[in-house]
Amino acid sequence: MVPELGQFALILALMLATVQAVTGLWGAHVNRGRLMALTAPAVAGQFVFAAVAFAALTWAFLAHDFSVAYVAGHSNSELPAFYRVGAVWGGHEGSLLLWILVLALWSIGVARFSRQMPERFTARVLGVLGIVSIGFLTFTLFTSNPFDRLIPAPLDGQDLNPILQDPALMFHPPLLYIGYVGFSVAFAFAVAAMLEGRLDSAWARWTRPWTTAAWIFLTLGISLGSWWAYYELGWGGWWFWDPVENASLLPWLAGTALIHSLAVTEKRGLFKSWTLLLAITAFSLSLLGTFLVRSGVLVSVHAFATDPSRGLFILAFLGIVVGAALALYAWRAPAMVSDAGFKPLSRESFLLANNVLLVVATGLILLGTLYPLFLDALNLGKISVGPPYFDMAFLIPMLPLSFLIGIGMHAAWKRASGQTLWRKLRWAALAALVVGVPLPLVVYGPAPMLTVVGCIAALWVMLASLVDLRPGRAVPLTRGHLGQAFAHFGVGVFILGATVVSTYDVETDRALAPGDSVEIAGYEFRYTDTYGVQGPNFDAVETEVEVWRDGRLIDTIYPQKRVYRVQTQPITQTAIQHRWNRDLLVSMGDPLGDQSWSMRIQYKPLIGLIWLGTVFMAFGGLIAMTDRRYRMARREATAPLASDGRARAGGQA
Amino acid sequence: MWRFLVPAGILVALIAFFFVGLFRDPSYVPSPLINRPAPEFQLPQLQAPSAVLGSADLRRGEPVLLNVWATWCVGCREEHAKLVSIAEQGLIPIYGLNWKDDRDAALHWLERLGDPYVATAVDADGRVAIDWGVYGAPETFLLDGDGTVRYKHIGPLDTQTWEREFMPRIRALRDGRT
Repeated sequence: MVPELGQFALILALMLATVQAVTGLWGAHVNRGRLMALTAPAVAGQFVFAAVAFAALTWAFLAHDFSVAYVAGHSNSELPAFYRVGAVWGGHEGSLLLWILVLALWSIGVARFSRQMPERFTARVLGVLGIVSIGFLTFTLFTSNPFDRLIPAPLDGQDLNPILQDPALMFHPPLLYIGYVGFSVAFAFAVAAMLEGRLDSAWARWTRPWTTAAWIFLTLGISLGSWWAYYELGWGGWWFWDPVENASLLPWLAGTALIHSLAVTEKRGLFKSWTLLLAITAFSLSLLGTFLVRSGVLVSVHAFATDPSRGLFILAFLGIVVGAALALYAWRAPAMVSDAGFKPLSRESFLLANNVLLVVATGLILLGTLYPLFLDALNLGKISVGPPYFDMAFLIPMLPLSFLIGIGMHAAWKRASGQTLWRKLRWAALAALVVGVPLPLVVYGPAPMLTVVGCIAALWVMLASLVDLRPGRAVPLTRGHLGQAFAHFGVGVFILGATVVSTYDVETDRALAPGDSVEIAGYEFRYTDTYGVQGPNFDAVETEVEVWRDGRLIDTIYPQKRVYRVQTQPITQTAIQHRWNRDLLVSMGDPLGDQSWSMRIQYKPLIGLIWLGTVFMAFGGLIAMTDRRYRMARREATAPLASDGRARAGGQA
Repeated sequence: MWRFLVPAGILVALIAFFFVGLFRDPSYVPSPLINRPAPEFQLPQLQAPSAVLGSADLRRGEPVLLNVWATWCVGCREEHAKLVSIAEQGLIPIYGLNWKDDRDAALHWLERLGDPYVATAVDADGRVAIDWGVYGAPETFLLDGDGTVRYKHIGPLDTQTWEREFMPRIRALRDGRT
């Protein structure tokens, strides 16, 4: 009964999304206040029904309703309740439902916090979001219904993929989706601006906090996914250039470019058509990511059930929504040129370089990801593009970018003075060189040139971000400025971690019997014991490994080899010994008889900085988002196009 | 202002590629062995471990099939009836390559389900299968009379694949010979 209720709620949500799209877009087109007044209530209603549908599916999981095909495929009576909630979005159908819920959340956020925007503009934004929502709701209802019944109902479910039974799974997909879907807000703002044929700095000011919010979630989502892959898959790597990872990185890169180009549009009224294009691109790449994951056109470790009809649907949706937006762009963007100028040495130039480099990185990674598909479609053979290509494709634009960040964030708008910049940054530059060159060599040993350059770049970015934070400033920093410093500092932290770990990590595979020990990077690992362990839904062999340093026991860790009872898939549970400056990993390979096991032992210096850096970036975004001017802006911004806000006030309660 | 149409153009091209890509299998890798001599091997036979089945036995002057199977493989169970029916109709001689399997289980399987094979070679450690580029069972190779690999099918053999892919090729090989 409850699943049918969920299904019914989804149908109602679809109808309300249609109302939202029609009243929003048509109402704004004919400028009929009474029509537009219906948009916000439709958004609220859609959210309620999406939430009901989501709750119904969660209930089916918690109540072990295996007559629902999706529950039978992704749960089991032994699966702990915590993972049963996570299993709601552990498969294709449920993750689409999560997507719908998240989109409804963003839409209601826009409706709620849009009082400073003209009514007509808000209606258009919500209308565009309604169209996106229609697309995903029909996709779910017609090709991937999570409420389909299985008759006769099986006695027990097939269980959630053991690899996904991890606390990080609870948060990785929702964060990622909030980020992906968040770019639909930037997209809706861009389309609404093109429909109005008007794009000014007020528009950029409205768009910026939404874009930054989406970017924060995407940053945290990608970071959590990378961390999860690091400790759960047990390979010791933190980024694999898998097509699905790339699918999340591409909108992130485009979104990062968008955040920076929006700054120029807001402050100087420049880069207008470019900003529009980036907003469309960031969202298109999010949709593209969905298409790549769901359609099975590329080989990936993220094996969702693939089905050509689903791929075809997303492709059609991508074509219609993005195609319409780009057609509108071709029509309206030529009118949105700005003729304000700037000197070669100015904030604008640095942000332009930022945009060019980020877009080049996006393009190269997109090319590498899709290249196998291109060749195959042209019957030119089967190939796969590997990490060496992606490493280079990412490094070549990012290395110069990291040096430019330091100068760019201190350059003045319009025209910067080289002398002022030099005076401000000389100590940071000097310190980066003086510390950056010996740092890797003294602490970690001989290194290739690129490592030294990476360390200099990291220190340079970190120090340059801190220049404005010195105590005793006459004028206090704005939140925008402070957020910028934080986020860029995080970039430096990330570069340092990535550089050091990729140069100095040590990895060894050994056959060990109880009593044996191995020494790597100054640490001694003693294999002392092995025994069986039982989990709620798995059986495991656990080994006890002591970690010694300089004749002193520092920790005992317990790697496991698990076999989940239902899917009987062996899973390696890596044991990690964390310290701020390094991780030690021990994972069990294959049994070699007589309690001896092949074991992989790894030493990862500074790897924690990679995730710490991304947390700084996200935190910086959060500070910048709460800048006073986004809250202050409302009154002045409404002035030129003042409208009667009372018309839709009722729908926002 | 044609340059503003460039993004839309890129989108159209991408969608065209994706559309074509949807109807292809990205994990399908064509065998490099096609139109090459079959890899050499010498393996004990399943029913008579002292007797040897080698690649020379597959060069019979007429087309033959080599079917890679194992008792642990669900797809093999699925296609077994088809293989038996091909053998019973005498359409083509089938040789088996029993891959990484348990001898008793394999014998029991043939006893229970019928034995479509002229002879079955035992590849217990999977080394010969590596030479043949086998990456999963079942796989079926079509060899011509000189022992040249002409076609390879991955996955269970069903009637549709048999009628569409195998029979026309077998007929063509036989016609070419006479």
